[in-house]
Order: sequence, then C-alpha cells, then structure tokens
Amino acid sequence: MSYSKPTRRGLLKTGAIAGAGLAMPTIFTASSAHAFTNEPTGGSVTLGFNVPQSGPYADEGADELRAYELAVEHLNGGGDGGMMPTFSSQVLDGTGILGKKVEYVTGDTQTKSDAARASARSMIEKDGAIMITGGSSSGVAIAVQGLCQEAGVIFMAGLTHSNDTTGKDKKANGFRHFFNGYMSGAALAPVLAARYGTDRTAYHLTADYTWGWTQEESIAAATEALGWSTVDKVRTPLAATDFSSYIAPVLNSGADVLVLNHYGGNMVNSLTNAVQFGLRDKQVNGKNFEIVVPLYSRLMARGAGENVKGILGSTNWHWSLQDEGSKAFVRSFGQKYGFPPSQAAHTVYCQTLLYADAVTRAGSFNPCAVGEALEGYEFDGLGNGPTLYRADDHQCFKDVLVVQGKENPENEFDLLEVVEVTPAAQVTYPADHPMFAGGNLGECNPGA
Amino acid sequence: MDALLLQILNGLDKGSAYALIALGLTLIFGTLGVVNFAHGALFMIGAFCAVTLQKILSLSSTTLDPTKTDFLGNPAKIETPYVESWFGPEIGAALIDWSVPLGILFAIPIMISIGFIMERGLIKHFYKRPHADQILVTFGLAIVLQEVIKHFYGANPIPTPAPDAFRGSFDFGSMLGFDPNVIIYPYWRLVYFFFSVLIIGGVFAFLQFTTFGMVVRAGMADRETVGLLGINIDKRFTIMFGIAAAVAGLAGVMYTPINSPNYHMGMDFLVLSFVVVVVGGMGSLPGAVLAGFMLGILESFASMNQIKAIFPGIDQIIIYLVAILILLTRPRGLMGRKGVMED
Repeated sequence: MSYSKPTRRGLLKTGAIAGAGLAMPTIFTASSAHAFTNEPTGGSVTLGFNVPQSGPYADEGADELRAYELAVEHLNGGGDGGMMPTFSSQVLDGTGILGKKVEYVTGDTQTKSDAARASARSMIEKDGAIMITGGSSSGVAIAVQGLCQEAGVIFMAGLTHSNDTTGKDKKANGFRHFFNGYMSGAALAPVLAARYGTDRTAYHLTADYTWGWTQEESIAAATEALGWSTVDKVRTPLAATDFSSYIAPVLNSGADVLVLNHYGGNMVNSLTNAVQFGLRDKQVNGKNFEIVVPLYSRLMARGAGENVKGILGSTNWHWSLQDEGSKAFVRSFGQKYGFPPSQAAHTVYCQTLLYADAVTRAGSFNPCAVGEALEGYEFDGLGNGPTLYRADDHQCFKDVLVVQGKENPENEFDLLEVVEVTPAAQVTYPADHPMFAGGNLGECNPGA
Repeated sequence: MDALLLQILNGLDKGSAYALIALGLTLIFGTLGVVNFAHGALFMIGAFCAVTLQKILSLSSTTLDPTKTDFLGNPAKIETPYVESWFGPEIGAALIDWSVPLGILFAIPIMISIGFIMERGLIKHFYKRPHADQILVTFGLAIVLQEVIKHFYGANPIPTPAPDAFRGSFDFGSMLGFDPNVIIYPYWRLVYFFFSVLIIGGVFAFLQFTTFGMVVRAGMADRETVGLLGINIDKRFTIMFGIAAAVAGLAGVMYTPINSPNYHMGMDFLVLSFVVVVVGGMGSLPGAVLAGFMLGILESFASMNQIKAIFPGIDQIIIYLVAILILLTRPRGLMGRKGVMED
C-alpha cells in the first residue's frame, strides 16, 4: 500500500484550492442550478433591505426600515393590511408572495457607495435575497442598481432624486417609484411664477455630486423657461458644514432668489445660514428676497426648525394627504410606531408592495418576468393618484406635491403644508429628453 | 471691497471655532504630550450639553385637548413646559429662549468632569506609549462618543436657536459708509467671536498671571525639573486637561445656534483643527490662535466666486495648501518651539 506523505507545500496547495472554492461567490455556483439568481425553493422568500443604518441619513434609513417591516407584516397577512386594500391591484392576499412567506435581511449602506454595494452583495450571495431595495442617496442608488443588474436581481430604488437614476444610469433590473429633479422643476415652476412673478434673478448653491448637478440643471431650466435669469451656479462641497462664506456673495450678486440644491445636513445648514444672514428680510430689485428648497424632507425640515417657515419646495408624498391610500398608510404606520411616516417610508413601502404585486401577476420570481410585469404598469391607490411605471426608463409618473414650510405648526410633525398637487401630465417628459440622455436600459439580467 | 470685508467677518467666526478647538488641543499636547483625536468629540459633546439643557427646560406635562385632533384623529396632546407651570409663562419662556447661554453654566462642570474621567480613566495609560497609539485610542474614543450621542439624539441635526434678542443681523455696511444691507452679519456670530476672544484671553491670563499657570508653564517647559522641586505636576496637568475639555465644550455650546448640531460635527472640525495646530506650531498656544483665525479667513476668501473662477475647487484645498507652504518654509509652524515633536 502506498500513500503520499503530507508535506507543508501540499497542505498549502490543498488549502488554497479549498479556500478558493469556498470563497467563490455563491452567486456563480448556486445560479447554475437554478433558472435565475436566488430562485426561492422553500416555503419562504427573502428580500434585502439596504438602508443607511449609520451615518448622516441614519434617521431616514430607520424610517425606511420601519416601512419595510410594516410592508412585510402586511404581505404576510399581519396588521390591518395598510395600503393593500386601497391598491388598485387586488392580487395580494396576505399569504406572502406566491404563497411563500416573506422574510427579510437588512444591510447598512452608511450612505457610501462602496459600503452599499458590499452590503447588497452580501445579501444576494450569502442571504439569498431575491430583490434589493432601499437607499437614501442617488450616488448609492446608482451604485447598487449597477450591482443588481450584474447580479441578476431586481432593484427597487428607495429615496433617490437624481435624474441619472432613470436617466443615463438606468438599468433594466432597476425601478424607481420616487420622483426626480426634472419633476421638481416642472412642478415648482408654475407655483414660483404665481408667487414671485416671472421677472426674477436666481442664484444656485448646489451640492457637488450627481443629485445636486441634475437638480440644478432641472430647476434652472424650468425657471429660465418662466423668464427668470440665473446669475450664478455655485457648487459647494458635500462635506461643507458652514455655508456662510457661500451665502455672503449672494448678498451682492443682484439675485433676488436663492435656490438651495442641498439635501440632508447640507440643506439644514445652508438654509439656517441663509436665514441668519437676513436674506429673507432683504429687498432686492424692489422685490422681497426669496429662498427655494426644491427637494423637501420632513425629517430634514425638523432640523432646520423655524427657518423653513414659508419656504417653497417639492416632495414625493406627505402624510397629510387625504386620499384613501395615504390615510390607510398613515393610520397603519402611526398606530404601530406612534408618529406619521416620512416620504422615504412611503416610497419604500410602495416599492415593496409593487414588487410583490408584480411577482404575483407574473407568476414568477424571475427578474425578467417581474420586470415585464412592472413595465408600462398603471396603478392607483398608493397615495399619489393614478401612476404609470413607464417601460422606457422604469420611472414612475405620478402627481408631485409642491409644499411650503408651515407658518403655524400644530404639532412637531406638522412642518409642511401642501400648496399644490401638480398633476402627473405636467411633470411627464419624453423618454429621450436631453436631461435623461446618454444611457439605455440594456437587457434584463436574470443572473442564470 | 464690501465682499472682502464680508469674507473677513465670515472668517472671524469660523476662525474662532478653529482657534478654540486648537487651543484646547495645544494645551493637552503641551502639558501631557498627548495627541488627542477625541478633542473634536469634546466640542460635539459641548454642543449636546446645550441641546440637553434645551430638552430639560422643555420637559412638559401633557394634557388632552378634545377640541383638536392629532394625525390619527385622537384628541391632540397639549404640552406645557414644567418651567412655565412653575415660574409663570414669561419666565418659563425666557428660560427656554436663553437655553444656549445658560448651557455654558450647565456645560462647564460636565465638560470638566468628562475631561477628568477621560484623562484618569484612559489617556494616562498612554503617556509613555508612542504617538501612534495615542492617536488610535483617542480616535477610537471619538467614534465611541459620537455613536453614543447618535444613539440618544439620532442622526439628524437638532435646531438649537439663539435667544430672540440675538436673532437678525447687524448692518456693518451702513456703519462704514457702504450701502445699507450690503455688509450684514448675524448678531450671534458676533457674539461667538467676542465669546471666543474672552475665552482665549481668559486661558492666557490664567496661565500668565496665576501661580498655578506659572507652574503649568514651567512644567510644559521642563516637566522633570518641576517634579524634582516637589511639585505634583501630574495633578496640575490633569486639571489642565479638564480646562481644555471645558474650552472645547464651551466652543460647542455657543456654536449650536450657528449650525444645528449633529453627532458628526466634532469630526468635521477635528482634522481642520489639527492642521491649525500644526500650522501654528506644535505646543504653541499663540500660534494655535493665530493660525485658527488666519486659516478661517483664508478659507472664506477661497469660497469667493472670483477666486474660484481662477482656481476651481480651491475652497476645498486651501487650508491644506497653506499648511504645506508654511511647513515648507517654516517647518516648526508659525510660532513653533524648538525641540517640540522633534525627538
């Protein structure tokens, strides 16, 4: 009988081969046995909720996570069903998705693209997530959308407002319910004209990344179409905390409107600084100086305190809406958590129901079948009126809210009031609009 | 001209914050020889002392008002702050309105205590360790502190306004003969500038004109000899750590009306403050103050559109660029002392 004597070199070789085999992403090994990535085979299906649980948007991420948990509860037949009874599609019956119990895993994006991609990858490869959803930043959403396209899973975007998400960076596996910068401009412009007139000079302060650039472009185009002129567009570092040195030049620029293309902490600080420097009390060109915050968030408005009073902006949804879908969602969320949901919570709740609905109508979890079911899909009852998931770019077209900071809030949640519901037709643009040019959806990737 | 004046004013308040943080950093480095990366976190904790006092003063009793409803249609909760119930509506409202200045009194004992606990509980174990170890442990501590604050206060900024009496802006332009409303400057930023001058002056006076300060300065120059004279210099240095923590904390308290505080604000200031210390000269208190104001003003100038048109992106690198230039020409910084950080 012969045997080979174990050697150090041999052990290292064997270890390296075994290690490489174990380390090989399960995405490559598992998918070969299935029709598509992470095809569910047992009695449950896993969704991946990728939200900022740390970092500057952690509060928004926490609200998104609450909404996801509520959606899972409703899909599995728990609670009062939330918006399922008001949703125009009535195929969801509270027995999970296609009879499989819905389970979920969570990842922390940290509002960093690399961390978000790593957590999404982990949920797909290690936890078997069939769909990834979430995000509170366009940079993150675009990065994760690209990963999901490569991995062959559906990405249902959360709070992402950059035109690029469904513009030059759109992907066949990615879908966005939230509105975008173009829509903010189209919705705000008529209200700005009515309130402030058509002879205005605007000065833009813009966060220096994809979302800021596309919003600046959209708002400038929409206001210039009104007859406004744009005196300057100044990019500010995303990491900036004190905007006083950027606000000061506005005083002598001849501008009579300041547009703050800022979000999150940037918005809180730039708006606070602008008010401190007395811009709102100033008269320029014989007119009252005005400030506009094109993208509002109630959670951020709370940070700015009294400074938001009277300031116009736009939002995807607000808890004070009185349609049946919104009322059902606010009731359901409010009873569970004790406060009304944010727009981030609303959009991710809708995305989860829309995904489950599309799977059910398609009769399959195959991402290509789900994508087909979502493309060109018209629905109602989810709080934004009749809505279309356009096939050309996977962008939802629905009403957009123009809001302003409330002068006399009645409670701590009562910070914004809806001044106009802009109909979807007014914010719809052709799929080949120049602001969205430069990309194409490509082919759906089932990952098999 | 008016734009230049405005940016100088802007630089003064930014420089005030840099100078106050850098002063504390230099005090700790000069006395204990520790590179304290948790100093930004002390600034942040100071700010949250003001937030905490505001929350304490705003603690309220709740009654139900059946005539109004909340967002779920239930009777609305009417909250009446206890201070208004106890001291009457006017005094109670004034106490809440003045919560930031009152935060100074609230923060001093807290910050000194935190300084003592930090120094005795953690940092003293690292005196004889390399600077890299000190940086690692204090940076780790900073992360722990900010995560603790985030756990209790959330990640979003919390509005902490200045008293009503200090809202609005001062029209410098009119005073200097320019057109009205051209050079205006918020009152609270002026308050912040004068407050920082007062604190910096107080620290210098304390070190210069008191026996305690004289011993501390002697200890900074030659710790061993002071020890041989029978003076317990360690105890005095611990007290100086507490004072440095209080200076950072007070800088944070008074900064809250300028920008709503969040858990990350310390980190935002930390790196810049270290650059300020290095540019000013390691261990030099006047250097830290001078560099703080100088870099604050330069940063403001670099944000001017006319400058950015010539050098795009200069606003993001100006401080580091100046630091490189100064260190190339004056390796010990503006007012650095020979022998410090050179062994």
